[in-house]
Amino acid sequence: MGAITIQHYLALSAILFFIGVFGVLFRRNLIVIMMSIELMLNAVNLTFVAFARYTGTMDGHVIAFFVMALAAAEAGIGLAILVMLFRNRTTVQADDLTLMRD
Amino acid sequence: MEAIIFYILAAVAVVGALLLVSLRNPLSGAFALVSALVSLAGIFALLNAEFVFILQVLVYAGAIMVLIIFTIMLLNLNKEELREAPVSPIRLVVTIGLCAACAFGVMKAFGNIPYLQGEIAEGFGSIESVGALMLSDFLYPFEVISLVLLVAVVGVVLLAKKAI
Amino acid sequence: MIVDYLIVTGKAVFIWGFALSLLPLLIWFERKGAAFIQDRAGPNRAAILGIRLAGIIHNIADVVKLMMKEMMIPPHVNRLYFQVAPLIGFTFILAAFAVIPWADTLIVKGREITMQVADLNTGILYVLAITSLNVYGIVLAGWSSNNKFALMGGLRSTAQMISYEIPLGLAIVGIFMVFGTVQLNEIVRGQGELLFGILPKWGIFIQPLGCILFIVAAFAETNRNPFDLPEGESEIVAGYHVEYSGMRFALFYMGEYVAIVLSSAMIATLFFGGWQVPYFPTEKLVLTADTWLKVLLGAGGVGALLFAALMFFFSARVRGRFGDLREQEGNVLGVIHVLIGGAMLFFFSRTFGLELPDWGARTVAAVVQVSSFVGKTLFFCWFFIWVRWSLPRFRYDQLMRLGWKNMIPLAFANVFITGLIVLLIDRM
Repeated sequence: MGAITIQHYLALSAILFFIGVFGVLFRRNLIVIMMSIELMLNAVNLTFVAFARYTGTMDGHVIAFFVMALAAAEAGIGLAILVMLFRNRTTVQADDLTLMRD
Repeated sequence: MEAIIFYILAAVAVVGALLLVSLRNPLSGAFALVSALVSLAGIFALLNAEFVFILQVLVYAGAIMVLIIFTIMLLNLNKEELREAPVSPIRLVVTIGLCAACAFGVMKAFGNIPYLQGEIAEGFGSIESVGALMLSDFLYPFEVISLVLLVAVVGVVLLAKKAI
Repeated sequence: MIVDYLIVTGKAVFIWGFALSLLPLLIWFERKGAAFIQDRAGPNRAAILGIRLAGIIHNIADVVKLMMKEMMIPPHVNRLYFQVAPLIGFTFILAAFAVIPWADTLIVKGREITMQVADLNTGILYVLAITSLNVYGIVLAGWSSNNKFALMGGLRSTAQMISYEIPLGLAIVGIFMVFGTVQLNEIVRGQGELLFGILPKWGIFIQPLGCILFIVAAFAETNRNPFDLPEGESEIVAGYHVEYSGMRFALFYMGEYVAIVLSSAMIATLFFGGWQVPYFPTEKLVLTADTWLKVLLGAGGVGALLFAALMFFFSARVRGRFGDLREQEGNVLGVIHVLIGGAMLFFFSRTFGLELPDWGARTVAAVVQVSSFVGKTLFFCWFFIWVRWSLPRFRYDQLMRLGWKNMIPLAFANVFITGLIVLLIDRM
């Protein structure tokens, strides 16, 4: 086992990001889609913090902080929309939300 | 020693993420995501980012995921699991393998980035440095994000009320 | 290198031992304190061969009962979550003790030993993060029980805990501003100075509103009366505990008491000077260490002898009343305390003319500071118990309204006013 270089962190971040993209594209449950978005945001956070460690500056940490705050706001509003949707349609499957199709 | 910790944490994170996108029950997926987020926090700690590590546990695993799990339980969204087709594991593994291979190939193509044992300053990752930077270089985004959070709070209250 | 690991392990074992050995004491406090407040005698029946020890034997009876009870897993529960929930509820809280400072940094033979398990840069935020993670134990317990009451209790408790995390964090922002740091050891060091020359610069004198908000929020975070609606026995049939029996219930129960000890330790650290002895900062303690040693040994010896006299008096009063070993209780305790008192006075006489080396003086100072901290923590544990048996319970909507509409604006006002005052004092 060699030393852990920045490529290891970047590779982990890429894998997590693509798992998140897979979740958004191929899952139908809206909550799982939202959690996959959170996973993507976390992968991006990892990239920022890894590069901050590599260059020795702290900008990556500050940006990761902002990304987290934004993710919190977005999760809150996403859940509120979900709750309203569930109240009106009693479903959270993306397949059933076809009102505006055709 | 650092390599062992990194590989264990990375394995937990990747397995948690895979369970999230492949389990049909959204609640189990949520708990898998929580363990993935906590191990990701451990990786932040490995990168000397102490403040981001605490924030990840406090905000992501401790607040956002609790909110999501709370909503799933409140609305009893477990029953939706039976309506979804099971995710084909071959599709999952092939897709992720291809994309990760692409990403890694791109990174290797960037050549020799020196090792990560670079010199870091004394207070790297500490709460004082983040605060100093946030109130000097990043002052405008700091103010804007407080507005964003205010708008989000007002929006959530408005959306979730039963009667205006 | 190996000594470093040993020191850290020793500190961790000490904390684990302290938190767990305080549990039977707290349970005894709770029962006898409740009885005292309610003007009755309290449990005094459990006995080993006739020795009753004023109710402490009840703890052993409790442990035996809980271990022997069948740890039933009802058929309708989700097995994995059901079994994991009490583990989360008990172990995470113990981890939060890692950053609490027990004494000032001990300098022994050139090696600096910090009296915390982990001197994290982010101090208090670690404790807040762990209490956020603790919510999962309750969420899992409520959900896995597959029972309407348990689910309702679990959801209510979760909502209560995440709602009161906000005033908990905001109430201590004032303390961060005044002391300029989030590290607990620095905050306690800062509380050693004198305010206006007479009062010690304790958190409660600097931030009275913050102290009140933090104490109320700590009560809500530990699900303790007056905020214990989610686990009240008369309202919701014990809420999320209802399907648990045996050792699993014991883990929840112990987890709640460990949370009480943690909250008391936090209140003592942040607002009441932590390990500081009032008017005696560390340097002064080290200088006067031999006097402190004499005072401790002398007062301890005299106190032990007085207690022994009390025990003998008690044993003389009950002579012949009971027919069994209870009459000898006083005698046995009396003899033990005579021995302890005698040993302490013997060492007391030996300290005259003894020249304490530097590491000895520092160790004595550390012992004095640790006992000051433990005393304050025990006082706040008693305070938790006292409030439980004095106040009625909040209704759920009153509870949420208090948290969101009353405490959060007050906490913001506190932050604003503290910021203004700190700015003005810095300008002057």
